[in-house]
Parts: sequence; structure tokens; C-alpha cells
Amino acid sequence: MSEGYLSLGAGEVALSATLLLVNVGLSWLLRLGLGRRLLVAALRMTVQLLIVGQILRWIFAVEEPLLVIGLAMVMATFAGIAAVGRTSRRFAGIYWDSLISVMGSSFVVTGIALIGILQIHPWYEPRYLVPLLGMVLGNALSGITLAGDRFMDGLVDRRDSVEALLSLGATRWEAALDEIRGALRIGMIPTLNSMAVMGVVSLPGMMTGQILAGAAPADAVRYQIVIMFMIASATALGILGMVLLSFRSLFDAGHRLRLDRLRMPGSLSDSLPLLRRIRPGGR
Amino acid sequence: MVPAGEAWIWRDLTFDLKARDRLAVAGPSGVGKTLLLRAVAGLDPLDEGRIALEDRPRESWSIPAFRSRVCYLHQRPALLDGSVEENLRRPFALEVHRSRSFDEAEAVALLERLGRSGDLLRQRASNLSGGEAQLVALLRALLPGPSILLLDEPTASLDAETTQRVEAMILEWVTASAGRALLWTSHDPSQLSRIATRRLVLERGHDGAARHRET
Repeated sequence: MSEGYLSLGAGEVALSATLLLVNVGLSWLLRLGLGRRLLVAALRMTVQLLIVGQILRWIFAVEEPLLVIGLAMVMATFAGIAAVGRTSRRFAGIYWDSLISVMGSSFVVTGIALIGILQIHPWYEPRYLVPLLGMVLGNALSGITLAGDRFMDGLVDRRDSVEALLSLGATRWEAALDEIRGALRIGMIPTLNSMAVMGVVSLPGMMTGQILAGAAPADAVRYQIVIMFMIASATALGILGMVLLSFRSLFDAGHRLRLDRLRMPGSLSDSLPLLRRIRPGGR
Repeated sequence: MVPAGEAWIWRDLTFDLKARDRLAVAGPSGVGKTLLLRAVAGLDPLDEGRIALEDRPRESWSIPAFRSRVCYLHQRPALLDGSVEENLRRPFALEVHRSRSFDEAEAVALLERLGRSGDLLRQRASNLSGGEAQLVALLRALLPGPSILLLDEPTASLDAETTQRVEAMILEWVTASAGRALLWTSHDPSQLSRIATRRLVLERGHDGAARHRET
């Protein structure tokens, strides 16, 4: 598998950085003001990846299940917080709802894949667990943000229709069903889109990576298909969890729509200050 | 009712509604007429006190069943996507109304009483004028057969002639069967005197506290 694999040293990486110098030069010549931002972003990305590389090397070497699980929890927590970070409205407990949805869906799906489908021994083998979980989390997170945002926006925008149904005797579930369906549909769009054009418009990063690393294309394709099924299933589960938990928060047992529980993020009083300060880094 | 950290909107408010009662809720804008109707329908919570229907406290009713009997009609009509007919059929798809079914002939008859033709059923709800939307919302509330209608300015966007027709239709609805009653808010005192058998006047005193009196 590693036959023909070209290992990169610091020299090659440094050389690739000169690609950016062309852009920086152009920016300087044309006074675009982009050069500085480009350099900062490039530096930041490099430092983040180098640190992650060190951490992964350490974890791969130790092979301690508790450590791997701990890393998985940290990754999922960042994803859960990030999923709420870009919603335009919040309610008390939204971070918990997001964490539960992200962790529940990604752990179940990744666990089934590692133990039942790929049958990795031991199941926590970090070389498989970490990248698979990462890909699942990254996609579930986007779906959860979109679906949660759409659900809250939909209830605010169509509050009159929802309350008209409630007034006519609808249960909270009957009154919310259209909004729940709309939110699930929106949340699945990125996953459905990427599956629709996969291989035609875009070559997925993981498949490209495996091919670069010397894997047979047919092998890489089979891996990619498994990954896409994992992503689709975890995203669907995650957004379903998020929308149902939000539904529980925004309608009460008296079949009332409780938009008074929604806040714009500016006036946040619901999340812990700690959660507010954590901002996940780039990709 | 009291919003968090503010004074009471109203308190010690007591009234009852008997069969065939037509109670008008009057008072200036912002005194809480809409809030009163919404609270009765259970769309807004009460901070204290209780509401009973047929001598049973609201808590002992299932809320959808309670609302199928006590129907609140929003001031701004909120129609759903689709045709007028689909809007009128929508309540009958709800669990609470499953024993009833939509009667197109009845819907057409009511539309004609309001001076509209049955063709309106085929129109898209989003193409209706504000007044027509208000009529459709009213029919949507009437057709499933509630006992008590809570009408919040139901003729606000109607012309004078249609207003008269709506008033006549609702008066007839109240008296057509025992066990029906009406709670109606309006800014128009002459309308209230045409419609109501009793009036509940909400007003805010100089000290900002709300009072009410029945006449």
C-alpha cells in the first residue's frame, strides 16, 4: 500500500508555501490588502495542523482506549458547541440539545461502523476511529446547524399559522409537523447534494488522500461509499435529535408555542460563559 | 397576567359566559384585550387564577379538546399554503376533529351568505385580499363546530357591507343551537352595541393598574 508513496519533509512543505507568495505579491502590487490576512490564515492553519499531528502521533502510539474515547469526547464537544455557534437564535439548553444530538448520532454510527462493518480490532484503533469520527462529526454539525436554525426561524416566521392550528385544536405535534419536516429537509441538503455530485463534480478528500497514499482506486472508492453512508445516517440522526429536542423546548405540555424562550445570541443569558468563549479553530 | 419584571396587566378579573351569551370585551388599544382572549384559549399562560369550561377546570381537559370547543380566532388571519378549500379542510385532518368531516355544501352556503361565491374555494389562499383571508379564517374556525368563539376584531379589514353580513351570520350561529357563546373584541363601540348582550370594559387607571367593569 505504501509502495510509491511519496513522504513529504519540511523542505517540500516550505516550498509549497511559496505558492502563497505569488498571491501576497499580487496583493501588494495591486494594494488589495489581502496579503496580511492570507499570511495569518496560512500560519494559523499550519500551526493547528502541526499540533494536531503531534497529538495524533502520541495517541496512535499509546493505544489507550480511555485516551481515544477522551479525544472523541473532546472532538464531539467542539462539534456540538460549534453547531450552535452559527444559529441566529438560541434557547436555554440549546447547547445540551446540540451536544446530545451530535454525540448520540456520531458515536452510534461510528461505533456500528467500526465494530460491525469494518470490524476493526481493537475497535478503538485510533488510526480508524479518529478520522472516521472526524468526518462524521464535521458533516453532522453542518446539518444540525441548518436544521436547528431553520426550525427556530420557521416557528418565528410562521408563528401565526402554527398558533392558528393550535387554536383549532391541533396538538403541539400536529401544529409543528410542517416546520419539523421543513427543518429536516434543509438539514439534509448538504449531504444529499454532496452525494449527488460525488465523483462527478467533486473528488472527495478522503478518497483522494487514499489514492495519493497508494491505495487502489477501487479500494478507495469502497471506503468512500462506506463513509458517505455513515455521514448520511449520522447527519439524519443528528438533525432529527436536534429538531425533536428543540421542539420539546419550544412547545410546552399545555400545547403552547413558547417563542418567549428564544433569544438572539446578543442577549445570551443561557449558556455558560465558558461555552461562549470557546471558538473552534479552522478546518 | 404579568410579563417578567413588570406590573400586572390585569388581576382579579372574573367573568362568566353562559349559553347564548355575547360578551363584548371593550377598552383602549394595549389594555390587554387580545391577551385576555389568548389566555382563555390557553395560548398564553396565566400567572394566577383559573379558567373552567362546563364547570371543569381547564387543567382537567386535554388542551386540544378544550380548544376544539373554545376556538380563538386571530386578529391577523393566518392561512396555510394551498387553496381556500385545503385551508377549510385542514382542521378536519386533526386528531381532535377526526369524528367530523368537511362539508363542502355547508362551506359554500356560508361563503354565499358572506357575499362570496363558491369559486373562492379553488383560489390560492396566498392570493386573497386581507378581508377575504379574514372571512376564510372565520369559516375555518366555524366549520368544525366549536361551542365558544373568541373573536379578536374579526371585521377589522372588511368593508361595511361584509361587516354586516359577518355580524348577522355570527349572531345567527350563536342562537342556532344551545350551548354556544361568543367573546368579541372590537374598537368600534357601535359594533359592540349591535352584537353584545353584555360588555366587559377593560381600562387602565391613572395609577397604571387595570380595572374592569361589566355593564
